[in-house]
Amino acid sequence: MKKKVVSLLLAASMVSAMLAGCGNSGSGSSDAGTENAGAETEAGDADAAQTETDAEENVDAESEAAPAEGSGEAYKIGAIGPATGGAAVYGIAVQNGADLAIKEINEAGGINGVMIEYNFQDDECDNEKSVNAYNTLKDWGMQILVGSTTSGCSIAVSAESANDNLFQLTPSGSSVDCIKNDNVFQVCFTDPNQGIGAAQYIGSNGVAEKVAVIYDSSDVYSSGIYEKFAGEAANQPFEIVSSEAFTADNKTDFSVQLQKAKDAGAELIFLPIYYTEASLILTQANSMGYEPKFFGCDGLDGILNVENFDTALAEGVMLLTPFAADAEDEATKSFVSAYEAAYGDTPNQFAADAYDAVYIIKAAIEQSGVAPTDSVSDICDKLKAAMTEISVDGLTGEAMSWEASGAVNKAPKAMEIVNGNYSLIQ
Amino acid sequence: MKRLKLSKNVKDNLITYGIVILAYVFMQIMINTGHISSLLQGLLVPLCVYVILAVSLNLTVGILGELSLGHAGFMCVGAFAGAFFSRYMENIIEVSLLRFVIAIIIGALSAGIIGFLIGMPVLRLRGDYLAIVTLAFGEIIKNIINVLYIGKDSNGLHFSMKDSMSLGLLEDGDVIINGAQGITGTPKDATFTIGIVLIIITLVIVLNLIHSRDGRAIMSIRDNLIAAESIGINITKYKLMAFSVSAALAGMAGVLYSHNLSSLMATPKNFGYNMSIMILVFVVLGGIGNIRGSIISAVILTLLPELLRGLSNYRMLIYSIILIVMMLFNWSPKLINLRKKYSLRRLFQKTGEV
Amino acid sequence: MSFISYLINGISLGSVYAIIALGYTMVYGIAKMLNFAHGDVIMVGGFTIFFAVSMQGLPSMVGILLAVVLCTLLGITIEYIAYRPLRQAASSLAVLITAIGVSYFLQNMALLIFGANTKAFTSVVTVPAIKLAEGQIMISGETIVTIISCIIIMAGLTLFINKTKAGQAMLAVSEDKGAAQLMGINVNGTISLTFAIGSALAAIAGMLLCSAYPSLTPYTGSMPGIKAFVAAVFGGIGSIPGALIGGIVLGIIEILGKAYISSQMADAIVFLVLIIVLLVKPTGILGKKIQEKV
Repeated sequence: MKKKVVSLLLAASMVSAMLAGCGNSGSGSSDAGTENAGAETEAGDADAAQTETDAEENVDAESEAAPAEGSGEAYKIGAIGPATGGAAVYGIAVQNGADLAIKEINEAGGINGVMIEYNFQDDECDNEKSVNAYNTLKDWGMQILVGSTTSGCSIAVSAESANDNLFQLTPSGSSVDCIKNDNVFQVCFTDPNQGIGAAQYIGSNGVAEKVAVIYDSSDVYSSGIYEKFAGEAANQPFEIVSSEAFTADNKTDFSVQLQKAKDAGAELIFLPIYYTEASLILTQANSMGYEPKFFGCDGLDGILNVENFDTALAEGVMLLTPFAADAEDEATKSFVSAYEAAYGDTPNQFAADAYDAVYIIKAAIEQSGVAPTDSVSDICDKLKAAMTEISVDGLTGEAMSWEASGAVNKAPKAMEIVNGNYSLIQ
Repeated sequence: MKRLKLSKNVKDNLITYGIVILAYVFMQIMINTGHISSLLQGLLVPLCVYVILAVSLNLTVGILGELSLGHAGFMCVGAFAGAFFSRYMENIIEVSLLRFVIAIIIGALSAGIIGFLIGMPVLRLRGDYLAIVTLAFGEIIKNIINVLYIGKDSNGLHFSMKDSMSLGLLEDGDVIINGAQGITGTPKDATFTIGIVLIIITLVIVLNLIHSRDGRAIMSIRDNLIAAESIGINITKYKLMAFSVSAALAGMAGVLYSHNLSSLMATPKNFGYNMSIMILVFVVLGGIGNIRGSIISAVILTLLPELLRGLSNYRMLIYSIILIVMMLFNWSPKLINLRKKYSLRRLFQKTGEV
Repeated sequence: MSFISYLINGISLGSVYAIIALGYTMVYGIAKMLNFAHGDVIMVGGFTIFFAVSMQGLPSMVGILLAVVLCTLLGITIEYIAYRPLRQAASSLAVLITAIGVSYFLQNMALLIFGANTKAFTSVVTVPAIKLAEGQIMISGETIVTIISCIIIMAGLTLFINKTKAGQAMLAVSEDKGAAQLMGINVNGTISLTFAIGSALAAIAGMLLCSAYPSLTPYTGSMPGIKAFVAAVFGGIGSIPGALIGGIVLGIIEILGKAYISSQMADAIVFLVLIIVLLVKPTGILGKKIQEKV
């Protein structure tokens, strides 16, 4: 009997806990709910996503001719990335990079006089959470998406955005699967592009003859580049003498991978990985007394900004990256100083990609002349067309242009770290 | 007295089913009248997934009384088996419902078989040792999936454990499972209705098992293994039964999960021990052995981080605090006594006796 | 030659697992709970030293002392707020879940305070590396210090538990809380002391972990924490020498598995060996077999 009372009480407490949860839910989603309800009454059975954007304004839902200039409306740009969890450093960079660009644009008077509203949502680097973040943004009335930050999440979200025909520009989702749907465009290089590019660069410049690879076999980005690199290596005048992997659960000790590369006589180690692990690899290679050349992709950018990192270890590291925070050109310099002033951190390539993404959207909006009052689907169609027509000079590339497929055309820059700074290899 | 108790069970079960069906009807009305946010609509299928996972883990933890930290591993097996089947058959079986039903059966069976195979050697361990071994199996499964490459071309299926190049596919080849890049392009067959049907199937299986002769045998093992053994209960058989049924149901949830997302990868986040622990949190918070509690806590804890989105960067911090507070509220003997004092008083006022 | 160098690398890695596992097993042995937040206390220790030594330029001894004090206080606080109310709970699983909650809390707190960017930890170990066979084989200073610390801590804990009154009280509490209370032992105080010692050990483990593998993020502690949990079970959870042996064996298996079988499958290999060991010896290498009373 006693047990029953206890269980009853437990149930009661669960109910009260649930009520607490419901109270939360009420306040959390109520504005979204009312917004939706408003949209329904206004536009009846029309496409939900479309009506939502229109719900904000009290003009006729179908009036596409409404002038954007000075009407007080705003473009609603959403962004998604991991702001918590192990990949938080990348998501927060995207959050801040896009934020900075939008603030700049708004201060300069917006796009054709129309301001931008911005909303960033956390996805914890989880595909499912990323879709939740996308839906949250949809409820907010998002018209254009900058995201997701990571490849897997971008793929998951792109299925949803294609369904809603919502324009998506991923700053750093580099897998080819990200741009499978025609409403998705990329700012960064695709993985195959990077892998093949790196192999060709090493081969045609005769950087090394014996190459070792250390990659993250549990990561989409890393294993994607590795595969293409290994495929292209067969056509190049160098030989892969050792290719060793690590996994997300096993990324503190690299002694075995380095020892194998050393034993195989590799002169160069290719690191298609992120800089967090790379900084450990450099440290461990140094303490082993092993000094090969290191060659990386855009994920390696940021290694010099690891707080307290001994940059002497990175001396001579080469990387193919579109962006370097230490570059001397005016645009990069002002971006870096503005970013540091606003967020107290040195921006990495993700921040630059997101910053560019916003300016690319601005260029595409100006090209196509879409108004914030247009429906999501119309904006998407017009921007899709405009993307193939524009050419943007950004931080991560000059004269960037796009294929209809969504892939970007830009030249990778080969950098070398000299005296603790990136310098362009001509 | 016995009759009364039985009918109480039935009543209890009916309430559980009723809650699920009511929730379904309520949500359907909301959807059809458009009073639902995209976020909530997108969360409906994941909610079903987590409810199934929590109920199925409760079978192992609450009814069998063994701590398992590898539940996400079984989910992973089901997810990949089901998604692989759907991708392979995408152009062969055109009817999506039929294909999905077969995928669910395949996912559940393969997870159940893996559960059976793992259960055979490890179920003789107890307590924390069993926990660590199940955790180990979960991690092994995830690790193997991450290095598994399967492609198909006109010559049939190709397997590799190295990389997708070594599959040696022909021009028309299609890599279905691409190592860490997982399966992309799984048809989005999962719907809320199917999710609810699967929850009901799960409940029917679990509740009937609990209230059957077999279920009482399983619970007797939980309460006193030696006593159960001494009265001739086949310990191994019943342990394995509960464990593999629980694994199969997790596999079913996995299929639902994988058919709701277009990209499926085995990351530490979704199929690692973190997920297993998260499911365990649902079970413990809802009350060990309390099926209805599992359902409610799975729903609350899945919704909570989404509802806290307004707090932006403080979201996960607040979530962890709420988790701790809810645990203390539900489990602390002092607080339970306090609550008992107050609610009993109310009970006395209303009925006069207990 | 490369085998010997793999072996040494394995011992280096294993010694780091061992020092974390010592704290884990100590808390488990006395309080009978898996403290999933242990790895995150390690992270807090690492960050404390990082800020004291690398950022403020304090001497490393001061930094270590600061970390030990801070982690000890943290451990006692966590125990008081999150674990003590659940000590008499109907299921021992309840406290496991709050431990997970605490782990999330510490990670997210650290994320908010320290940011997500990776920090490079400067090793506080000044012992030079030993080079053998003309530099072919090298034992790093961190490894030497870690192993020596492990042995000192192991001996110290064993002496403390067996020779002091407080240690005996701990043993009594771990045997039977109720009986211990009747004997006039302050059960709550003893368990607080256990967490204090466990967390102080975590601070030291944090220092050595980050010195050996110098990258620091809010999630630095969680994965080594799980590995150390595995190591502790390997050696027989609750057994102090078992933690040392378990840790080192785990490190060696991990490195040799990576070197000779497959670097992609390193995790699977470690866990497979663990399963086999537990199936042969269900309570770990040095675990005591508990006879069940009928």
